[in-house]
Amino acid sequence: MNRDTKAMKTRQAGRRAARWGIAAAAVLILASASACTSSSSSSTPKTGTSPTSSSSATLAGYPRAQTIYTSGTMYSPPTTWNPFNVGNYATGAQGLIYEPLFLFDPIHNNSYMPWLATSGTWSGSTYTIHVRDNVKWSNGTPLTGADVAYSINLARTNALDPYHANVASVSSATANGNTVTVVFSGAPAYSEFQDFLWEAPIVNQAIWSKVPAAQLITFADNHPVGTGPMLLDTYSATQEAYKLNPGWWGTPQLGLSFKFKYLVDVLNGSNNVELAALSAGQIDWSNNFLPGINQLVSGLGGAGGYGISTFYKNSPYMLSANTAWLEPNTSKAPMSNVNFRKAMAYAINPAQIVSAVYGGIVKAANPTGLLPTLNSYIDSSAVSQYGFSYNPTLAKQYLAKSGYTGQNLTLEVPQGWTDWMAAIQVITSDLQAVGIHVTPTYPQYSARQNDLISGNYDLAIDNNAQLDSSPWSYFQRVYQLPIAAQQTAQLNWERFTSQTDWNLVQQAGTTPLTDTAKLTSIYNQLQSDFLQQLPEIPLWYNGAWFQGNNQYWTNYPSSNSTSNQWTPVMWRNYLGAMTSIYALANLKPAPAPSS
Amino acid sequence: MRRYLSRKVLTYLLAFVVGVTIDWGIPHLMPGDPVQLYLSNFSLKPAGYAAMYKMMSQAFGTNLPLWDQYLHYWRGLLTGNWGLSFWDFPAQVSTLIFQALPYTLALLVPAITLSYMLGNRLGAAAARRKVLDNSVLPGGYVLQAMPYPWLALALAFLFGEVWHVFPVSGPYDPGLIPAFSWTFISSLLYHWFLPFFTVFLVSLGGWAIGMRNLVIYELENDSSRYLRALGASERMIRRYAYRNASLPQLSGLALALGVVVGGNIVTEYAFSYPGLGHLIFEAISNEDFFLLQGIFIFIIIGVLVANFIIDIVFVITDPRTRLGMQGGSA
Repeated sequence: MNRDTKAMKTRQAGRRAARWGIAAAAVLILASASACTSSSSSSTPKTGTSPTSSSSATLAGYPRAQTIYTSGTMYSPPTTWNPFNVGNYATGAQGLIYEPLFLFDPIHNNSYMPWLATSGTWSGSTYTIHVRDNVKWSNGTPLTGADVAYSINLARTNALDPYHANVASVSSATANGNTVTVVFSGAPAYSEFQDFLWEAPIVNQAIWSKVPAAQLITFADNHPVGTGPMLLDTYSATQEAYKLNPGWWGTPQLGLSFKFKYLVDVLNGSNNVELAALSAGQIDWSNNFLPGINQLVSGLGGAGGYGISTFYKNSPYMLSANTAWLEPNTSKAPMSNVNFRKAMAYAINPAQIVSAVYGGIVKAANPTGLLPTLNSYIDSSAVSQYGFSYNPTLAKQYLAKSGYTGQNLTLEVPQGWTDWMAAIQVITSDLQAVGIHVTPTYPQYSARQNDLISGNYDLAIDNNAQLDSSPWSYFQRVYQLPIAAQQTAQLNWERFTSQTDWNLVQQAGTTPLTDTAKLTSIYNQLQSDFLQQLPEIPLWYNGAWFQGNNQYWTNYPSSNSTSNQWTPVMWRNYLGAMTSIYALANLKPAPAPSS
Repeated sequence: MRRYLSRKVLTYLLAFVVGVTIDWGIPHLMPGDPVQLYLSNFSLKPAGYAAMYKMMSQAFGTNLPLWDQYLHYWRGLLTGNWGLSFWDFPAQVSTLIFQALPYTLALLVPAITLSYMLGNRLGAAAARRKVLDNSVLPGGYVLQAMPYPWLALALAFLFGEVWHVFPVSGPYDPGLIPAFSWTFISSLLYHWFLPFFTVFLVSLGGWAIGMRNLVIYELENDSSRYLRALGASERMIRRYAYRNASLPQLSGLALALGVVVGGNIVTEYAFSYPGLGHLIFEAISNEDFFLLQGIFIFIIIGVLVANFIIDIVFVITDPRTRLGMQGGSA
């Protein structure tokens, strides 16, 4: 008995030791995680990019009062700052580091603001760019016209450059001091080139000319040298941090000064995680889609008691960013029949989707599908003559003429896109009500993407048409010809053939943007054709999701702000293309920051 | 012993080759073209698309015939070049995996071993006390049946949202610069607790129920009766019963530890914890062959190594194995 208890005791002691051992092992492994992440972050350009870099290297973390936390843009660990890798560059590579020649302002009359260029003028088929003086790369060398000419020629000569198609009509770009002359062969593709001016990054010739042509996309560029307002400081698997570039040209030349010193962009988590982080003030600026955010914004009796700001104070809360279409595969019966498409258009009630699925954070679409920022282009007479609205009776009349024989169709949206998954429930029951049998399906995003590219689907929801400066890219997406077996670009996924309309689109593309009379007549024609053919059925406008927490930073972009009415979005094609830099520069620290 | 080991090693090598081949085969038989999927993000016109497609196919070797891809795969595997990730292009698969591995190990190894220890104790205690049994058994069933995501969300809601005791997401406070410092490590631990606790609770129930049933079975066993008939003390009988009951539990533990390197997809996803489970989720949703293969290699190796170790441990802990090895019969 005595021996027994002794043995038990030693065994228990052994167990306890083992348990402590495991706890210690856990700590050790976590510590090795810290070593791993720090080693990966130490590979960032902590030294040499700016004189202040050493100060942040000694910090344990970024001081809360001087840091803005952003989220909603990054879906995989930051690995590349190569702005030509448009599928995966880390948030901020374009905009915070690399900059375009102009910014597009969708909120104030679709205007363009000079950025790295101070002006650009057309003269016949020649475009002259005046490059801004006194702009320096973050390695200290000045930005020159040669860099701009190089960037244009790079796109022209290297098919891997994502802006290759935008400069297809350019024959040469030459620099003379800070003046760049772009010469076009034949009729310039005005609309395509215009997109280059505000979307494409200007890169440093001395650095990028050393990147082999075949590695233009694979080059990771994790020591990026740009002209932008911030410098890359550190990054790990779940976040990346920028610090202000003290030599940024925008401060002396445009009077833009940031009130924060650091910007930390955090990898996206699931919806519940994002909502919790935003409402707890861990994230200041969120570009996530957060279902039910309207309740937080208008919460506590409409007083906005949760301190969350959105662009509009009331519904739809968000700027409209793209058009959600019901996309019929028009290469298949019965979708090939225009009466069938009209039957669907009249059968669906978008107002129901807006209120029941989105709680009013989106807007029902205009029948043309053109975004509200393009209101001035919408031909209201065509809309009133040919436009559709929710009307089941009419839907049934069109259906009777459509040759639909009651077959079952599928309607697909990507798995996990919860708002769209809910929306197609509404759509299927609306269609069912007039006698169209539709089964909702939810394949993985990749499978769905393959279905749409190869035309292997009946009906789908799609939002390829993004915010743009003119209706041109919208109609290009609808009418692009010819149709290939694999529609690789996000163009004409509905596989609709109308040579007349595609000719009109091409004609609009080569019309000078100043010839508004001609452009208006072309776009009016396209709208009236669109409404009569309904190759796509516009349903609602998805939002440029934005919500800001006022705990640490205030004066977020808002429709009724006098000082900050800029694009509140840091997604690719927004930050470093639209006016998000202005929005960031106009944030103010909260008066009494709580701890 | 040597013959036993060499036979085992051979079996495991064979299993490795088969496992690796299946690992390579399944993603390649999946429908869909990952290059095409990645490029759909670029929205390229035909000319640019053709150039980009060619470049990407070369980078990933998807332009080669299947058998050649298979050989390349083995070569890469053995030389440590596991290719590039589609999802996080152009990150190296090995970089992504080794970035995530410490989080998964730190989360699951303690959760499984601690729940194993406590669960076994609870189960064994429940087997001999009616009162305990009445609470441990239903409690265990409830815990074991609890879906991870639900429990994760419930814990995150209670501890994070309602009581503000623990953070609900991420590996550490955003804004910290990873460093070997107390500030950083304490933040790691703080963020680690909830996901750890979720896995711990769910596995605890399973171990407890298993142990309880096994001990009851052993206590009713003929050998226990014989021991009792010989006049051995209840304590001694219980000790022998516990030892015998431990054997199946031990192989369960080995298997659980073997698949640890696969991470715990739902828990890691619910807490945005950047471990291997999170990576698997992203790799599958983005058709990232190479990343998926890389992680599965880890799982294959993990399971094989765990089995191998358990084979050896069994030789030590189970006399019957030892006897069988020497040609005797138990």
